[in-house]
Amino acid sequence: MSDSLCAETITIAGHGGDEIEAYIARPSQETKRGGVVVIHHLPGYDRATKEITRRFAELGYDAVCPNLYTREAPGAAPDDAAATARAQGGVPDERLVGDVGGAAEQLRSLPSSNGRVGVIGYCSGGRQSVLVACNLELEAAVDCYGAFVVGTPPEGFPLKVTNLVDQLPNLGCPLLGLFGNDDQHPSPEQVDELDRILTELGKPHEFHRYDDAGHAFFSVDRPSYRVAAANDGWERIQAFYTTNLGG
Amino acid sequence: MCTYATITTELDGSAKGPGGSWFHVTHGTVYFDHPVHAMHDHTLNIDFAAPEHGPGARVAVELSAASARELVRAIEAALASAPAEISGLLV
Repeated sequence: MSDSLCAETITIAGHGGDEIEAYIARPSQETKRGGVVVIHHLPGYDRATKEITRRFAELGYDAVCPNLYTREAPGAAPDDAAATARAQGGVPDERLVGDVGGAAEQLRSLPSSNGRVGVIGYCSGGRQSVLVACNLELEAAVDCYGAFVVGTPPEGFPLKVTNLVDQLPNLGCPLLGLFGNDDQHPSPEQVDELDRILTELGKPHEFHRYDDAGHAFFSVDRPSYRVAAANDGWERIQAFYTTNLGG
Repeated sequence: MCTYATITTELDGSAKGPGGSWFHVTHGTVYFDHPVHAMHDHTLNIDFAAPEHGPGARVAVELSAASARELVRAIEAALASAPAEISGLLV
């Protein structure tokens, strides 16, 4: 398989038909393949997330990362955009679903698409990955240490984050969950609870949990990076997408 | 984790920001979450901002929790040392 790829910034139709910025990475080979929507973490549409997007192209998928802060801070540096979005209250769930839905449609419209699209999100994006898997037609979802899928956010959170327990019966595709055992958000007990709820609902899911890893263990540019957990996690993701998206 | 917790406040002052230019600060955003640059999992982050001039009109600070506490003490001590007739603040 060739590792040649093409990556660029494009405009896609997001929630409500809004034009939003997105980063797309595609293998150069003329093959039929699945697509992956990458949901960036709360710190933004940054260099590390674009590297992740390119890695999915290197793995053989068309990958799109929508800039969830396009509306608040068009053209701004990623850290400034994240600060602006945070100060304005964050990304509403309904808008997030619309933006990821637009990215999924963009992937399905590509001549290379095999019609199958997965989603992956990190940190706050982990919760959002589960959210969209409960609200959109997708073939696979990956939750990397998303907080508040279960559990209750503390009182007084200015960002209106709710858990997703009442939406889990609508989970429409297999879910891969990757968690650090030293993380408290989600805590190991909350991961247990999510595992139990999904089992009771009969929802296909596969969880992997890592010792000596806390939150954000995939983040190569942060002190939280844990090479063993990240390397194994990438292998799990690749196998999961091969099964559910083809490739 | 992403704490999501964000506290915003209006401010009145100036900061030296992008390009070495001073600008009028109108808002502060304070939150405890992942830093962009500091080598900690979480930091106390402060944005001194002027939203009307766009997302780039911002001075960002990321402090360890302990040093943020020290900063709070230092600010309180400095304000307390200033006579009320100068600062315009009641104690």
